[in-house]
Amino acid sequence: MPSLEHITNIIHDWLNNTFSPFWALLFEFVIVGTCIIGLFAVLGLVLIMMERKVSAWMQLRLGPNRVGPVGMFQTVADTIKLIVKEGMTPNGADKFLFNLAPFIAMIIAMVVMAPLMFAKGFQIWDINIGVLFFASVSSVSVIGVLMAGWASNNKYSLLGAIRSGAQIVSYELSAGFAILAIVILTGSLRVSDIINSQADGWWIFKGHVPVWIAFIIFLVAVTAETNRAPFDLAEAESELTAGFHTEYSGMKFALFFLAEYVNIFVVCAVGATLFLGGWQPLHFGTGTKFNEIMDYIPSSLWFIGKTFFLIFVIMWFRWTFPRLRIDQLLNLEWKYLLPISMFNLLLVTLIAIMGWHF
Amino acid sequence: MTASQIIFYILSAFILGTAILSVTTRKIFRAAIWLLFSLIGVAGLYFWLEVEFIAAVQIVVYVGGIVVLIIFSIFLTEQSGKEMAKAPLVRTIASVLAVLFGFAFTYLLIHNYGFRAGDKKFDWSVSKIGSQMMGTGEGGYSLPFEVVSILLLAAMIGCIVIAIKNQPGSPAVSQENDQTKNSKSDENA
Repeated sequence: MPSLEHITNIIHDWLNNTFSPFWALLFEFVIVGTCIIGLFAVLGLVLIMMERKVSAWMQLRLGPNRVGPVGMFQTVADTIKLIVKEGMTPNGADKFLFNLAPFIAMIIAMVVMAPLMFAKGFQIWDINIGVLFFASVSSVSVIGVLMAGWASNNKYSLLGAIRSGAQIVSYELSAGFAILAIVILTGSLRVSDIINSQADGWWIFKGHVPVWIAFIIFLVAVTAETNRAPFDLAEAESELTAGFHTEYSGMKFALFFLAEYVNIFVVCAVGATLFLGGWQPLHFGTGTKFNEIMDYIPSSLWFIGKTFFLIFVIMWFRWTFPRLRIDQLLNLEWKYLLPISMFNLLLVTLIAIMGWHF
Repeated sequence: MTASQIIFYILSAFILGTAILSVTTRKIFRAAIWLLFSLIGVAGLYFWLEVEFIAAVQIVVYVGGIVVLIIFSIFLTEQSGKEMAKAPLVRTIASVLAVLFGFAFTYLLIHNYGFRAGDKKFDWSVSKIGSQMMGTGEGGYSLPFEVVSILLLAAMIGCIVIAIKNQPGSPAVSQENDQTKNSKSDENA
């Protein structure tokens, strides 16, 4: 069966045999860029559809059901509507920054994808600091929100931006500590090393209670970092109309919307990579019959399945928890999550040193 | 010119251009954003040099940390949305002179000494940086590391002490004030 690794190798060899290395590299850049943009579009359509269907299911209603079979083309229709709408720029806004902000949000969501491993041997850039790259670039995503909130020249937008800044800056710490827990157990920052270390069982099974704690803290922190309910204070529609994107319309608004959903995908993919073994099939130990049966399922399906499971969990949060107040939000981070994750990190270090994990 | 050189010149032009925009713009928020782009350009230069760890740290510390804090303090400043007044002529002339002297000095240094390529192989890896940072033996940096940690801790405690407001309603502070007042009145009596 042709795997994704196989296909990429064929393309790589063909390009290198036909063109000089420089042109081959350039063509590969173009191909990867096109694929990422395509993935963006598909992810946006699929995830928004999924969100609407999941929310409908949780609230005992049907959700979108008019356009296409069971409403599957609703998001396509919405996208076409957004493209043809006028993207207005308010008179009092800082026009340059106002128009730049959505693109910053998009570009950062794209760049974070670079070290993700979508299937066995199918990765854009196997950079040796993979996880750190993810943590550092995703910390820039707050800039897009701050820029949009400021440039709109609107008090609701500014309030939303300030809230979002405080929130992302604080929750980054916990997310970083949760990532560090796995880095300590693996002893490497490279994404492929982290995935290979889980060939005989995922870290969530191998690492005992400290890894479970890290996993839960990671989920909470990334929910906050992506500005999702119950941490969606930056755009709380009942308090701030729409927060930082109040003044945006048309495709510029759609870019923010898209970037939010792609960010959810990326953080869930990172969570799946760190705690649930990335593309590794469900293995227990080495060389058992059970492992062989699990190997028949392609690695890309494992990765997509795990990622979408985590996305479902995050959507589940959104439709079941009420929104936090800003002081509760900051208390949760600084008084509970941060001390717990610091102590947890010590526990993980102890386990790694003593070799108590499986 | 190779592709690598072209990339270097594009990156350098980007860094310098955004840096100049950052100091010449009269809107303070835009200055912060241009500074941000300049710092991202420096991170790009580190990526170009293939020292990915330093590049990532540059993004975490400068872009994700310091610029966000600068933007935050701009948000909390009054009248930060207005254009700043034009700088007086004397200041403009002085700054231009300072820039010229800076250029002359750097040019002189480079002209006299040049860039010499080291014969040592540039070896960096995250594990090497880590063991060097925590090492106590030859070439270890554990003592400077600890000193910097103490300095940062002191700065943090200092910030908290400054930020604590002596509210009139808070019990501990008001009691102290009362006692001092009482003792003073006793002395007067």
